[in-house]
Amino acid sequence: MSSVPTLYIPLDSVAVSLGADQLADKISSHINSKNLPINIVRTGSRGMHWLEPLVEIDLEGQRIGFGPLDEQDIEPFMHALAADATQHPKYLGPIADIPFFKDQTRLIFSRCGEIDPLQYDAYVQLDGGTGLRKALAMKPADICSEVLASGLRGRGGAGFPAGIKWQTVAGAEADQKYIVVNADEGDSGTFADRMIMEGDPLLLIEGMAIAGIAVGATQGYIYLRSEYPIAERILKAALDVARKNNILGGNILDSGKAFDVEVFVGAGAYICGEETSLLNSLEGKRGEVRIKPPLPALEGLFGKPTLIHNVISLCSVPTILSRGADFYRDFGMGRSTGTMPFQIAGNVKHAGLFETAFGVTLRDLVEKYGVGTLSGAPIRAVQIGGPLGAYLPEALFDLPMDYETMAQNGAGVGHGGIVVFDEQVDLQEQVKYAFEFCVEESCGKCTPCRVGAVRGVEIMEKIKNDTDTVKQMELLDDLCELMVEGSLCAMGGMTPIPIQSAMKHFPEDFKISGGQTTLAKGGH
Amino acid sequence: MDISTIIAPYLKATGGVLTGLRAIQQEFGFLPPTTEKVVAEAFNLSRAEVKGVISFYADFRREPLEGTEVRLCAAEACQAIGARQLTEDVATACETLPPVSLVPVYCLGLCSVAPAAMVGGKLIGRANVEKIKHEILNQSEEVVA
Repeated sequence: MSSVPTLYIPLDSVAVSLGADQLADKISSHINSKNLPINIVRTGSRGMHWLEPLVEIDLEGQRIGFGPLDEQDIEPFMHALAADATQHPKYLGPIADIPFFKDQTRLIFSRCGEIDPLQYDAYVQLDGGTGLRKALAMKPADICSEVLASGLRGRGGAGFPAGIKWQTVAGAEADQKYIVVNADEGDSGTFADRMIMEGDPLLLIEGMAIAGIAVGATQGYIYLRSEYPIAERILKAALDVARKNNILGGNILDSGKAFDVEVFVGAGAYICGEETSLLNSLEGKRGEVRIKPPLPALEGLFGKPTLIHNVISLCSVPTILSRGADFYRDFGMGRSTGTMPFQIAGNVKHAGLFETAFGVTLRDLVEKYGVGTLSGAPIRAVQIGGPLGAYLPEALFDLPMDYETMAQNGAGVGHGGIVVFDEQVDLQEQVKYAFEFCVEESCGKCTPCRVGAVRGVEIMEKIKNDTDTVKQMELLDDLCELMVEGSLCAMGGMTPIPIQSAMKHFPEDFKISGGQTTLAKGGH
Repeated sequence: MDISTIIAPYLKATGGVLTGLRAIQQEFGFLPPTTEKVVAEAFNLSRAEVKGVISFYADFRREPLEGTEVRLCAAEACQAIGARQLTEDVATACETLPPVSLVPVYCLGLCSVAPAAMVGGKLIGRANVEKIKHEILNQSEEVVA
């Protein structure tokens, strides 16, 4: 550790959206003008977004936080640093002691916010690369078995066992195989992929390299949405860092094995988060979904076996390799093993990212750690898992967050996003929006989704005007059933989830008295 | 630069059509009318195929934007904390500002500091009319200067 004190200022999109860049500039010119011996390091975010921009300093081996800092705070802040930092009004104490942070189990985000995301030495110092080194010493089939034994399931929403996918791709015979990362994080209320790509991109690259070695793929792609310009810049720089340090390239860590990665930026299409649509887009085509089978694991990108995973799934892999499947499997409950970075967003006081083992309750996430709504009004509903996720009422807040429990209650963990609404929310309006979103984002390939969404908007307009509501509700039920049964992918197939959950749990918003409707048939 | 020069580096790249189209738009601010023809010839595709790709993606536009691009998030996390009202208020405020194009966006990944906006490429968390107005004026001044 150098004797020159270091200030840590986040470069994460959230911090930047609240002025972190200007803050860093001002602090930097202050330091230069006074000739102070202070280093500035830009880091990812700690995920405590109500404190952003959150500036940290090393004091006696501890990271001490100050936030949220704005430009007016700089002079007094710099004075406080020279005198007694604890006296500064924005002094937060050691980061590690803040309950929101202390109570987390950070297996994936352990380095995020701690280090310069592009400093390879800092990455290695904090255990980076250990998983890859272990993997290189193993037989590819054993890597797949380890991932299977960990119980890791896809974090993009579907929750499919990762190990089975790996074994399928590993077992496929082909002259070329691919690793594709789905970084088209379009669900409202989610930002875990963005945060890890901005805060610890080498982790994702390491996870991809391990996957490549395990399944026999030499080329990887990160399909990134165009709405994430900061992540794009950092990822591209991280690829250079990785190549320079032999994490990528023709001879990974002198193992004789080859693997390389490209970043591919999309062009604004939510549907490209669906894996087959993403593959078409990556081939430079319209992002329309493909009919399955064939599975991408056997016939994916350019018809070749392709392991396609969400960012967080692959970011979970280095830990599984470095600390073992048993270690990883001990976290979580039932068939939901390991940790999940839950993202608490919307109308909530302490919004941010909270990584913890599966099994945490919604109540803990939104009330204990989220501390209720930002508006101060009571929470009325949360939507879990993005625009295709269920709206749940307060009565269900004690459910543990795991794949099975959520499914039994007509909901899904999805990508771990939780959007909080206060009592101002009109669920009828949200239902109409769910259809409108489907109209906007449907790829148009299958009729139930393309036309069903338009019919849905029309029905909701009639219900709003109270035109023949009982009949419209019946139609809505039929429509939802058709979309669930007849759509090619989750876009049309899951759009009914927010709709039916809203009508089931919040019937009062639909001018229905006490659920006395035809909903019993369709209600999830 | 002409279109064929812009797309030349992407002819052999994976998904080069999309990356090439992005590069063209980056250069001109929109996709000029000759885009289909030039791209189709370069990539050995039909013009219809290229047009199909262009029309599929929300980012592509066929005409230049007027003024500063103001993207306001219209998705749930932002709705939960006033995005619908903000969109109306910004539209009203823009009547007396330098020209802007209001473009809805579905999630900027700033859901924890909603409502979110992007003004001419600059991210704004906890957006309100004042912040957005300030940024629009800032950027119009830069253009004038």
